[in-house]
Amino acid sequence: MSDKLIKIIRFIGLGFLEPLIRLSRGEETGKNITLILKKIVAPIASILIFIAVWQSGSDLLYNIEASHRIEKALKDQGQKAADEMKACIESGEISCQPNTLPSPAQVKESFKALLKDHKIIVADKKAFKEKTASLNKKRRADGKSEIVYTGRPSFVDQIKTSIKTVFAGFLLAIFIAVPIGIVIGLSDTLRSSINWLIQIFKPVSPVVWLLLVFMIVKTLTKDSDSDSSFIISFISVGLCSMWATLINTAMGVSTVDKDFINVAKVLKLGPIQKVFKVILPSSLPLIFTGLRITLSVAWMVLIAIELLAQSPGLGSFVWEEFQNGANDSNSKIIVAMFIIGIIGFLLDRIMLTIQNFVSFNKNEGV
Amino acid sequence: MKANVFKAMALIAVLTLGACGGKEQKKEEVKATVTSESKTKQLDIEKPQLTFGFIKLTDMAPLAIAKEKGFFEDEGLFVSVEAQSNWKNILDRVIDGQLDGSHMLAGQPIAAGAGFGRQAELVTPFSMDLNGNGITVSNDVWSKMKPNIPTGEDGKPIHPIKADALKPVIDDYKSSGKAFKMGMVFPVSTHNYEIRYWLAAAGIHPGIYTKENIQGQIDAEVLLSVTPPPQMPATLEAGTIHGYCVGEPWNQQAVFKGIGVPVVTNYDIWKNNPEKVFVMTKKFVEENPNTAIAVTKALIRAGKWLDTPGNREEAVKILSMSQYVGADEVVLANSMTGTFEFEKGDKRSMPDFNVFYRYNATYPFYSDGIWFLTQMRRWGQIPASKSADWYGSKIKEIYRPDIWEKAAKLLVEEGQIPTTDIPETDGYKPTTTDFIDSKSYDAKDPIGYINSFKIGNKD
Repeated sequence: MSDKLIKIIRFIGLGFLEPLIRLSRGEETGKNITLILKKIVAPIASILIFIAVWQSGSDLLYNIEASHRIEKALKDQGQKAADEMKACIESGEISCQPNTLPSPAQVKESFKALLKDHKIIVADKKAFKEKTASLNKKRRADGKSEIVYTGRPSFVDQIKTSIKTVFAGFLLAIFIAVPIGIVIGLSDTLRSSINWLIQIFKPVSPVVWLLLVFMIVKTLTKDSDSDSSFIISFISVGLCSMWATLINTAMGVSTVDKDFINVAKVLKLGPIQKVFKVILPSSLPLIFTGLRITLSVAWMVLIAIELLAQSPGLGSFVWEEFQNGANDSNSKIIVAMFIIGIIGFLLDRIMLTIQNFVSFNKNEGV
Repeated sequence: MKANVFKAMALIAVLTLGACGGKEQKKEEVKATVTSESKTKQLDIEKPQLTFGFIKLTDMAPLAIAKEKGFFEDEGLFVSVEAQSNWKNILDRVIDGQLDGSHMLAGQPIAAGAGFGRQAELVTPFSMDLNGNGITVSNDVWSKMKPNIPTGEDGKPIHPIKADALKPVIDDYKSSGKAFKMGMVFPVSTHNYEIRYWLAAAGIHPGIYTKENIQGQIDAEVLLSVTPPPQMPATLEAGTIHGYCVGEPWNQQAVFKGIGVPVVTNYDIWKNNPEKVFVMTKKFVEENPNTAIAVTKALIRAGKWLDTPGNREEAVKILSMSQYVGADEVVLANSMTGTFEFEKGDKRSMPDFNVFYRYNATYPFYSDGIWFLTQMRRWGQIPASKSADWYGSKIKEIYRPDIWEKAAKLLVEEGQIPTTDIPETDGYKPTTTDFIDSKSYDAKDPIGYINSFKIGNKD
């Protein structure tokens, strides 16, 4: 039972929990305690150190900003104004708070505020639904489209939008990059003839992809009322991130062991059978390495793209808070930063799990 | 094998999304809301679900108020308002139909009609506010400017501050070979014309536009460039520009963050000048005439609410919500509640800094629109000379007081506004000299007005 559990946690990349389980069963106490210290206690200690460094860093920046303000008041308006400014900063009044890197506590407060805000919006949505229920019934009967919620999205809604966009973009990348990768992997001529295209388009920045997609989608969706920002952002994400998969697939396919190809020849497999029975399975590890890179690139470019495409995800959240410039805006941006990081980490773990699932050499997650 | 992979991936995608969706299911018990009866007579609305855009500026207030106070829903309209990143984006999204209407610079629909920039048929049935902009310079420029400004008995600078005080600073920059740069928010924005007017009134050349030079920097002594409003303070702090002209709260933000000093407001440059307008496409208004009237009705009520004494504090609370302007309440309150802080500590009373309803602020006057056309001609954005009639007929395609009047008459019938709030006018305000240089402006003689300026194109 427990062996199975260990296998599973190893498989999903949570291998660091293994000694804890072994210890609970009383196996090799000494060795497992060392392992726990190494794999669990040390990372926790490093988190604590990180928070301490952050705290002292934000304190330092706060003091620099505050003393700068007081000095400026002294220089421009004299001693009285400087004293007033000092008192104002110490009293914690919002109008003269130094605006700098927020402390961990402030960020935690903002996180709570965002969750609270989400609850309010959920309640508001429900109320809106009830309010428009009878009207929507009538509109449905008349064959018109229903009235949908008109309020703003909450932080959680924005996370959902972002994840949706990334997966749509990721699927698009798979559907474009894997088939093309296989085709150009099979043919040397084809590979060298379109190599320039890959090399030129691969380093293009997400912003430029967005503008390119924007030019095309805008014309195609003329006269339609639907909001094209989602379409634009997921296509841009897909195009930006597909290159790693394309190149890895092509490489995986072209480096399939000659023996396998010879076996296929001996068995007289048709071209399609050859691809699905021999080439794909043996190039899967490389394809998945590519897909893993693709997914992490997709998540990374997403934020920049959402910011520009006005797609209501995390990117636009960060941008709006930057523009707001309110007292708690900085800490909200840091909250978003952590959420982005954690989701990116989880996505990578999911891909690693799938990769382990399909490849022959099972390597332990790092 | 491959099919399995896809299945696994799809499964994970579903699980991830499902897990997030699951959170939503854990809803709290919601109190039963009492749906209040609409206070107005609803028209037959063609398109009840609408999306409007805005830029994070206090003068978007009528939109936020109409939504939050339920004026839109009273008309049977279900409106989402979305913040947009910049004015170009807003213009594109309105023209392309992603937005049904938007908060816009007064110059934008006019320029689109007159053929400067992207061309389109846009209409303005509602003027959102008067005044509300300021010109801010960096701390450094201010300290050099200050000695040139006469001070009153209280030791504070005498307002309005003219650009004459800035001229020696610019000459300094010129002689040391550095460019003096200032920011404004858009080539056809009120701010561009105001900062140009202010500079030119002191003999400082802000540059001319031509077909080839669309930056408008020919002969310029001050290089003007475009920066989106919310980024102004950050750009000033970075030293990319030495000053800017922008709407609130971005002048007050500079004071709060201690990075710049507002020197003049547009109230002093042109008293009660028109600022933002509400814009829809001509196509939308023709296809949805009742919707256009209903939207205008809700916005007129919002304007009235905003100018009703005692409501501004609540308005500041609404605007400080992160989905609207989002700046701190104290910053917004400074200008919204009738004061304006110049140098830190130099807070002056400015009851007319933000006008949303008084002085017929919501009525789209032809004469206001023609002023923008004259400035576009003056600075070369309209490259060829036009006849006086052209100014009158062009503006009548864009400014639509007929929609405003229909909406206002319905509001009078419903008892929401008194009859006296509908101005008796042919759309032209009387000749005025309320400018910083006391020049006389008669909208019926646009050519004469253009020719009266020392700096700028003449016809």
